[in-house]
Amino acid sequence: MPGEDSLERLRREGRIVIVGASLAGLRAAETLRAEGFGGSLTLIGDEPYEPYDRPPLSKAVLLGKASADHTELPRLRAVDATWRLGVAASGLDMAGRRVRLADGGEVPYDRLLIATGVRARPWPKEAEAQLDGVFVLRTRDDAVKLERRMKIGPRRVFVIGAGFTGSEIASACRDQGIEVTVAERADAPLVGALGGVVGAVAADMQRENGVDLRTGVMVTGLEGDSTGRVRAAHLSDGSVVETDVVVVSLGATRNTEWLAGSGLGAGPRGIACDAGCRAFDFRGIVTDDVYAAGDVARSPNPLFGYQFLSLEHWGNAVAQAEVAAHNMISAGADRRPHMWVPAFWSSQFGVNIKSVGVPSMGDEIMITQGSLAERRFTGVYGYQGRVIAAVSFDNTRWLEFYQRLIETGAPFPPEFETVDRRPEGRQPVPADFPDPSLPTHGPTVTLSGYSPGDRQLVFTPAHP
Amino acid sequence: MTQSSLLGQITDYANRADPYPIYAELRKTPVLHEEEGGAYVIGSYYDILHLLHDPRISSDAANLAAAGDDELTGPDSTGLPPSFIRLDPPEHDRLRRIANSSFGPPHCPRRIDSMRGELSRIVTELIDGLGDAREIDLVDQFAYPFPVTVICRLLGVPREDEPRFRTWVDPLVASLDPDTRRSADTEFQKAAQDARMQLGMYLAGLVEQRTKEPQDDMLSDLATSQGADGTLSMMEVLSTAVLLLIAGHETTVNLITNGMLTLLRNPEILQRLREDPGLSVRIVEELLRFEPPVQLVPQRTCIADIELRGTTIPKGSRIWLVLASGNRDPERFTDPDRFDPDRPDIEHLGFGSGIHSCFGAPLARLETQIALAELARRLDSPRLLQDPPPYRQNAVLRGPRHLPLAIGGVRP
Ligand SMILES: Cc1cc2nc3c(=O)[nH]c(=O)nc-3n(C[C@H](O)[C@H](O)[C@H](O)COP(=O)(O)OP(=O)(O)OC[C@H]3O[C@@H](n4cnc5c(N)ncnc54)[C@H](O)[C@@H]3O)c2cc1C
Ligand code: HEM
Repeated sequence: MPGEDSLERLRREGRIVIVGASLAGLRAAETLRAEGFGGSLTLIGDEPYEPYDRPPLSKAVLLGKASADHTELPRLRAVDATWRLGVAASGLDMAGRRVRLADGGEVPYDRLLIATGVRARPWPKEAEAQLDGVFVLRTRDDAVKLERRMKIGPRRVFVIGAGFTGSEIASACRDQGIEVTVAERADAPLVGALGGVVGAVAADMQRENGVDLRTGVMVTGLEGDSTGRVRAAHLSDGSVVETDVVVVSLGATRNTEWLAGSGLGAGPRGIACDAGCRAFDFRGIVTDDVYAAGDVARSPNPLFGYQFLSLEHWGNAVAQAEVAAHNMISAGADRRPHMWVPAFWSSQFGVNIKSVGVPSMGDEIMITQGSLAERRFTGVYGYQGRVIAAVSFDNTRWLEFYQRLIETGAPFPPEFETVDRRPEGRQPVPADFPDPSLPTHGPTVTLSGYSPGDRQLVFTPAHP
Repeated sequence: MTQSSLLGQITDYANRADPYPIYAELRKTPVLHEEEGGAYVIGSYYDILHLLHDPRISSDAANLAAAGDDELTGPDSTGLPPSFIRLDPPEHDRLRRIANSSFGPPHCPRRIDSMRGELSRIVTELIDGLGDAREIDLVDQFAYPFPVTVICRLLGVPREDEPRFRTWVDPLVASLDPDTRRSADTEFQKAAQDARMQLGMYLAGLVEQRTKEPQDDMLSDLATSQGADGTLSMMEVLSTAVLLLIAGHETTVNLITNGMLTLLRNPEILQRLREDPGLSVRIVEELLRFEPPVQLVPQRTCIADIELRGTTIPKGSRIWLVLASGNRDPERFTDPDRFDPDRPDIEHLGFGSGIHSCFGAPLARLETQIALAELARRLDSPRLLQDPPPYRQNAVLRGPRHLPLAIGGVRP
């Protein structure tokens, strides 16, 4: 078969290019080599650094327990690659199979992996965003600058946005005795990710730790002094908070601009790809030589109604990179789907928060173990009679069990008894997400099997 | 129970030296239930792992009592309130957190590592103590005295009291063995009872003294702990101390003994260890997979119906999780019956998993690494005098009762 010949040739002497030299890029490169890819490998990254880890930037680094320039990702094996660091990819010629570089160069490929991730969304008013003392936190450089400023002992840090990163920054401030105000448009922190019931716990946790938490407000403007340093933030309720450090923590934007006009199905919501990580072109036809993985990718997940999920999760980036790498150098039948059950963790105010599944799809939540008041609990989210997600505060060792409930489409609310069930955990309550964008649910798909080796997707048509 | 039933074969002493063929048989029936009212026995790796993380499974002594005793678990005979190994959350979590705050990270990250020198000294003394003997019993002369000395130092039992302390611990540990208990005469039982009383009183005195004048030891920390979780009552301190004493005793003895036995059966690995003491880390992990001292966890009950591989385990049933069988499951480990410290991933079940996973694991690992590396280095041409050696009765905490060795001498 000629296909097999060319696959063999690809594996032996093909050219694979990876754009984005961070977590997903590195893990993909390692997987390619581990699976016997013997051709040439090029990694292109616009940051001047070797791949490093981001989660510590808002945790250990801000706490002064690790240094921002020492969070390199551990290397799992030698990748024997050409590294083009400090230069951005600026364009893609799909027909000619070349990546254009910002320095004018071009790199040809036989297979391309795009892992350009996301960047922090800046403060929208440009002049205000330029003020000295206004920061975002996504990169190592961001972390170095912010950490340096925090060390000089600011009178007050002002955090815009109480998602995970914003909350972790607030936690780091309090840990070091720095006054901090957090402004959040929703009624509580983490509401977008975990809903109002859990958000209320997070709000208590912040206030109890001395955070000046302002919810249900918007920041209308940042004010600078005559020397161009930020001095205050103005809120929609008319209040003004004096501050000398502002951290803008308003989520992320996908790094896809460089693909504009390339013909790839890439846009502000990321790069759409199939479950095998092959990218779609803008017509919705799947390519066979361009792959995507990590924060920049959006792929359909059978377990969640085939919704295209884009996940900014560390574990997802690793798993998806491994699948993409494997599929790039494998024939059709040997390819694998990326059947990742989303999982996310965060540590803040001394509490380990972890979630599995897609909480934001849930319409109800039931606290099956522990208690909200003690801030040690496991909550299960339900959607249309199925378990769709779970979250735990300082209770992570049980989550694996709930993950299996998600995978097997277990009924919600769970009827069974569990250890540490409290009276509050007998009934589900509305999960209280601000703006439910619920997908329509058709057929049910579940995972079956007891060991990784015999896992299978089971398809059950929807009842009319 | 008939001796031909699989369950009967697991407990049958005749199979103690090599229970692994029976476990292979067990894995053919993923959920084994041979007798009305009897335990549900689970032997496959992934099933065990899942059940250890399943909140429908309870470790609570009261649930267990309601399910009735079986031949492996009797009533707790320490006379103290249940310790955290026999409790569910939230009590389990609270007690374990407090205990951990004086044992491991984040509050006490250096406790174990700072004992390294002390552990080496104890090992050196014990090996020196073998003198000029050409025949030794590794159990009585080394593996048995080592862990109890370590626990004494950890808790903070004064050196001069250690011999007295051990005269109480020995009958107490012996009395926990179900077989000893079954066959024990009244005199033995009375002796065990006395030992328990004396140990309790001694520890209570020590706790009182440490409450007044805390020192850098675990008993002081337990007695004076005052965190978000509140304080421990005197009874809670005692039951926690006794738990550490018992849980870390026979287990570590067996790991060291199984270790030496396995190394002598695999001389090329023993030789590698001699040349590279660092190999002890991998050897100990592989031992925990290959010859785990805790063969099965029999004290679980389910508090809801559990559906597993097409079988429903009804609420209230007791469940045995056969860790040693999961560790040899070919679905998880390639070539599982081979002792191979070079395996790429040795994620064994030897310390359990989930919220009850072994509290003392970092200490047990360090103790055994040091012990095996030193034995390999210092024993000159050791040889097994009996293979298989005589085993203890106990099917749960399985290990040789004696390990008679011939040695050419002891190197300095
Ligand atoms: C502060 C912080 C805390 C976090 N904490 C957690 C956590 O607790 N738990 C968790 O699960 N996840 C966490 N995450 C998310 C996690 O770090 C990401 O999911 C992960 O980094 C994604 O990896 P990636 O390789 O897909 O993308 P990225 O790490 O974003 O890497 C993409 C790389 O591509 C580069 N690039 C972009 N465009 C171009 C171009 N045109 N040419 C060349 N290179 C380009 C980027 O500069 C970047 O280096 C956190 C993230 C941050 C920032
Ligand atoms: C090689 C030696 C050891 C082995 C194989 C071992 C094995 C185990 C296993 C399998 C469990 C789980 C029991 C269950 O799930 O019910 C456990 C629990 C426990 N072990 Fe160990 N153990 C060892 C040494 C130690 C030591 C040295 C200590 C103390 C210093 C210790 C203290 C404990 C405690 C306190 C528990 C209960 C944990 C809980 O319930 O949360 N163990 N051990």
